[in-house]
Amino acid sequence: MGDLTQVSSALLYFAFILYLVATFVFAGTIRDKRTDKGNGKLGKVAITITIIGFLTQIGYFITRWIASQHAPVSNLFEFTTFFGMMLVFAFIIIYFIYRLNLLGLFTLPVALLIIAYASMFPREISPLIPSLKSHWLYIHVTTAATGEAILAVSFAAGLIYLIRQIDQTQRSKRTTWLEVVMYAVFSTLGFVIISSLFSAFHYSAEFQFPVEGEEITVEYQLPAITGPDDGELQTEGVMQPLFEAPGWMHGENAARKFNTLIWSVLTGAVLYLLARLILRKRIAAAIQPLLKRANPDLVDEISYRAVAIGFPVFTLGALIFAMIWAQQAWDRFWGWDPKEVWALITWFFYAAFLHLRLSRGWHGEKSAWLAVGGFAIIMFNLVAVNLIIAGLHSYA
Amino acid sequence: MKRITCESCGHVNPEGTVLCEACGKPIEKNQHIDGNKPGKLLNMRYEGSARRSQTYNKSVIDKIWNFFSSVKVGVTLIVITLIASAVGTIFPQEMYIPPNVDPAQHYADQYGILGKIYYQLGLHNLYSSWWYMILIALIGTSIIIASIDRYVPLHRALKMQKPKRHKAFLQKQRLFSETENISNQDVKHVKDRLKKQRYKIKEEDGHILAEKGRFSRWGPYVNHIGLIVFLIGALMRFIPFMYIDDYVWVREGETAVVPETDQQYYVENKEFIMETYDENDERYQEAIQKQGGAVPSNYQTDAVIYKASGEAVTGEDPELEKVKEGSIQVNKPLKFDGFALYQSSYQLDEFKSMTFKIHETDDEAEEALASFTVNLMDPEYEYELDNGFRVVIDQYFPEYFMDDGTPASQSKYPRNPAFVFFVYPPGEDTPEVSFAGIGRNVDASGENDYKVGLQNFEVRDVTGLTLKRDYTLPIIALGGLIFMIGVIQGMYWQHRRVWIHPSDSGVMLAAHTNKNWYGIKREIEKAIEGTELNMVEDQLEIKQ
Repeated sequence: MGDLTQVSSALLYFAFILYLVATFVFAGTIRDKRTDKGNGKLGKVAITITIIGFLTQIGYFITRWIASQHAPVSNLFEFTTFFGMMLVFAFIIIYFIYRLNLLGLFTLPVALLIIAYASMFPREISPLIPSLKSHWLYIHVTTAATGEAILAVSFAAGLIYLIRQIDQTQRSKRTTWLEVVMYAVFSTLGFVIISSLFSAFHYSAEFQFPVEGEEITVEYQLPAITGPDDGELQTEGVMQPLFEAPGWMHGENAARKFNTLIWSVLTGAVLYLLARLILRKRIAAAIQPLLKRANPDLVDEISYRAVAIGFPVFTLGALIFAMIWAQQAWDRFWGWDPKEVWALITWFFYAAFLHLRLSRGWHGEKSAWLAVGGFAIIMFNLVAVNLIIAGLHSYA
Repeated sequence: MKRITCESCGHVNPEGTVLCEACGKPIEKNQHIDGNKPGKLLNMRYEGSARRSQTYNKSVIDKIWNFFSSVKVGVTLIVITLIASAVGTIFPQEMYIPPNVDPAQHYADQYGILGKIYYQLGLHNLYSSWWYMILIALIGTSIIIASIDRYVPLHRALKMQKPKRHKAFLQKQRLFSETENISNQDVKHVKDRLKKQRYKIKEEDGHILAEKGRFSRWGPYVNHIGLIVFLIGALMRFIPFMYIDDYVWVREGETAVVPETDQQYYVENKEFIMETYDENDERYQEAIQKQGGAVPSNYQTDAVIYKASGEAVTGEDPELEKVKEGSIQVNKPLKFDGFALYQSSYQLDEFKSMTFKIHETDDEAEEALASFTVNLMDPEYEYELDNGFRVVIDQYFPEYFMDDGTPASQSKYPRNPAFVFFVYPPGEDTPEVSFAGIGRNVDASGENDYKVGLQNFEVRDVTGLTLKRDYTLPIIALGGLIFMIGVIQGMYWQHRRVWIHPSDSGVMLAAHTNKNWYGIKREIEKAIEGTELNMVEDQLEIKQ
């Protein structure tokens, strides 16, 4: 059994490498003149590698399922990894509809970042508490993740559209916002890099602090920029926190998570500034020339189509299946738990998106911005709701 | 009602029509309604049909109708509700704060000035606030009115459409081409190919309409019906008969009446079981250790449901008939007669009875002179003991705690029982006062000859079950189902039409789809392959 867990981890690792390789091959298609409509050889190689990577990750999923005896979608690591996998799956489907190589160049890095982000969380196999012991765990979580993944493809397409279309000759609100999106990507990368770095050195600092009258101990894996409210550093020879986290941040891990957020934002800023210094222009402006040959109308349609395909799946998984399960586990189908509410907000948002698409003037750029906004909400629900607002969901 | 007769085909259209229902010719005076401009493509969203909201704007009813028909208004309502919902997650809602605390105090203490404002604005109960309900009701109204406003004329226009279309209609489609000198052979070829792609073909004087997926146009209306059914279901929860939500605690070995059933049903708790994962299980060892405590794996009540039989006589225990026996687990409620019992809470090791002994104060061996057992759920007033002792319970604290120096009880449940006893030694009329509980026996006066000490106790578990009867569930489920059917119908199929129009010199080809232009272009490419027909040009792209 222990062996199977290792096999599973190895498969995930290989899948990650394959996605990385596929990304570079997709990048190669930009220069390949024959690949206009996905007929080129390089494009075929790239999608083949992507599919092999996806199958490898399916292998990870199955072996981990056998090892843990429940579908591996029960904690933050497992869920987020699965989300990354479904993003690749959604990309493969959309690729075979539209044959746009460029989409791979944008979707796969997002999937890579998501999987890397996931692996920063505890990876051990955890037992299921009674409320999670239901077939609806697999059904609800997998469908919801698949829906979100398809919607995320719309973000990738939207991003291509924005980078391609926004006038970079002068600074404007739009270029600034686009850089904010780029910076968010860098911050995620920053989180992965800084977490890996300190975990390689086995950095550890323990804090003791009171939570609801009880003294508890929490281990930091990153140097504490911010320590817990009224916390006392237990480990010697490590950095003293510069300030204490605000008192309203509740939960034993709130301050630690807040500290991680600060590190990610700072590392992201360093990476971003370095990139700006090297490129000597806005990040989006540097990418823009590579996208010249993309047909903005086609990209716009892909973005819309992904929402059209993803919205029903999302509704089914994140709302309807969720309600059926909640009815069974907690005797009410809806309880206004923060994660539930944010799923509803996501749904409202895409419903608004679909209605706006009916109106004139909401195609193209505005629609692309909405696709980016929708993805931001999905990520907020995945990251921030877990970080700031604890709820009933097991990843909280 | 005024009617508009089409100058070209003679079809009589309702007032407010933008494009003739039959031939599609733009009706000149109404082009502003859909924002059609000369030299620009036609707005095909609702087929240029006569929508009430775009036609009448005089009476108050018109104005209200027009307000709710607007997509902009609908989207605005959605966005407002979205923002409101998000605000409700800033701090926990009242139902998620600990019970038995004063909310006003709690929000101010925990979240400072912002928490205080949050509470005072009523945001701690946002989702059940009147204004949130109104927002949902407004969205519901908008869904109904906007749907009727569009569905009726759209349905009419699609039913009335004829294969023979006006030239202007074709020329102003997004996908259009014109080819000169085309053989009938080629046209037939294209027609057959389209048929093979499952287009339905209609012909009229050599004009061809190939159409497929029209039913997808009804998707939005179907899913809106689903939403309305869902909302009606949710609304019906306010009818007491439809929705029952109650709670019952049952001690092991006891039978309790199921609330809200008119004393008809009883539930017996045979055993409550709580299981945890084996900490030495190799599989989960690491995770359990990290968590730093036992991880529960099962909460279960082995229960029996009884039904009272015969006439209920007040003051007498009814005759019970077994209806159902089974285990209630989290995720596995026990259902009977429309009701369901859910495992939702528990109390381990609640005290059932306590046995006390009386011994001499200075006896170090604490040898029992007499003993008595108190049933904690139903203690007696007086106990006559062997050796002539008599004990009277002066005070009973089921869940004892010291409240500013005076003993008090936190609840009526025996979680930490304590007593004040009056002990009458044999032949005495004046009692000695003793205080006894778990781990304490105090001599009130300090001069007692006898002491009361705990000899033994019995415990049992208590299970907390939620009782639900929800007749709205089928309606809500139906709403969800209809919504899913509608949304899939509208999103996964597209309404595609191709028109072939013989003109003086050749053939015009035009096409329209409500979404997925890439898909229809590919189908046309396939259909005209090997013929002389020109591929349609995307006139929108050309403009850019």
